[in-house]
Amino acid sequence: MLHGKDLVSIRDLEKGDIELILRRAAEMDKALGTGKPIEILKRKIVATLFFEPSTRTKMSFQTAAKRVGAQIINLTSVESSSLKKGETLADTLRMVDGYSDLIVIRHAAEGAARYAAEICQRPVVNAGDGGNQHPTQTLLDLYTITKMKGKLEGLSVYLVGDLKYARTMRSLLYGLAMFGADVTLVAPEGLEMNPGVIKEAKERFGAKVREHSAMELGGADVAYVCRIQKERFADPYEAEKVQKTFRITMDALRGVKDDLAILHPLPKIDEMDPEIDKTKYARYFEQARLGVPVRMAILAEIMGA
Amino acid sequence: MGELVVEKIENGTVIDHIPAGMGMKVLSILGVGEGSKIALLMNVPSKSHGKKDILKFSDKQLTEREVNKIALVASSATLNIIKSGNVVEKRNVRVPNELLGVAKCPNPRCITNSPERMETKFRSDGAKFRCSYCEMLFEAKELGV
Repeated sequence: MLHGKDLVSIRDLEKGDIELILRRAAEMDKALGTGKPIEILKRKIVATLFFEPSTRTKMSFQTAAKRVGAQIINLTSVESSSLKKGETLADTLRMVDGYSDLIVIRHAAEGAARYAAEICQRPVVNAGDGGNQHPTQTLLDLYTITKMKGKLEGLSVYLVGDLKYARTMRSLLYGLAMFGADVTLVAPEGLEMNPGVIKEAKERFGAKVREHSAMELGGADVAYVCRIQKERFADPYEAEKVQKTFRITMDALRGVKDDLAILHPLPKIDEMDPEIDKTKYARYFEQARLGVPVRMAILAEIMGA
Repeated sequence: MGELVVEKIENGTVIDHIPAGMGMKVLSILGVGEGSKIALLMNVPSKSHGKKDILKFSDKQLTEREVNKIALVASSATLNIIKSGNVVEKRNVRVPNELLGVAKCPNPRCITNSPERMETKFRSDGAKFRCSYCEMLFEAKELGV
């Protein structure tokens, strides 16, 4: 179903596509546990173009590619490429298109991955385009929640933090809505989710979406937290101010469900008390690990292996 | 107050029923150029709209892209194509389902506002337009033309 296709936005995927990736990810996850080689993409070359900083997405894509036997070519930064000399993004993409079998791109400009997909003959996977989309993160989040909770439908999922600029949250709301989760949005004033995104989730999937500004996690099965996206603020001082006042403390965890799972796309900065790392609720490092089998599944499905 | 008299055109285009006050905007979209004689009438009495603006261009046929731009800022406008002194075609402007290279994306973070040489693309989504790149939804009036 996904063979040869681009993966630019979660909005492009049907429910069946997502279910397919989740099933394949579970197979990859299991296979990784056996330690046996899974070299189904031998002789394939994956280009990872990260024009913006990344730790987990980039490393997990590269790990995933290596785990399925593919080789990697890499663009580490704008500074180290001909973009620095004034080459257009389009020309850089055309060149990489000729070198590789699949292109993974992260770029600060919103819509950069769609643009790349129009230019390139090879499939393009969006690894984050500004504040817009991060579909592979959403697939990894849906897989993580399904693995931890056994289902998505009817789960109470709280999305907490900077819901205005965090691309993961927009995509995740869409994915959760598609699978019938009940979503509560908790954001500081001024950083609420774009009303158009909420409206679409409600209209298209009949999603139950509530909004509130108090840090109250009592009813949550899953609390998905993200940091304040300082780099997308015009005034860094404003970002600091919001960050200091909107934090999850140990107090906020009093009265939560016993099996609450706190997830986070990472990096986490000041939005959570570091003591939370030591609690049973903190599941984000496990979530980060699951990026590998999910991205293995994505690479395999798109490259038809 | 006496009526303004503007000479008839032999060949060209008359854009009628422009919302009052939007005539200058429509003129800025089409540009003055060098070849055409142009008349812009503003705040002309209108039975259906109270007041309207009218633009007359001699020896000019509008391109589809120009018509689409006009539709975004003056959806009530009508086009009258004049040939040999006669109206040979009369039609309402209509915003199409897809706008290619017509409008500027209002999202400053959109790739279409970067130095890349590329066309903008919007698709109608209900009563609004969605940028095909940054995926944000906008009202027609928000789109920069």
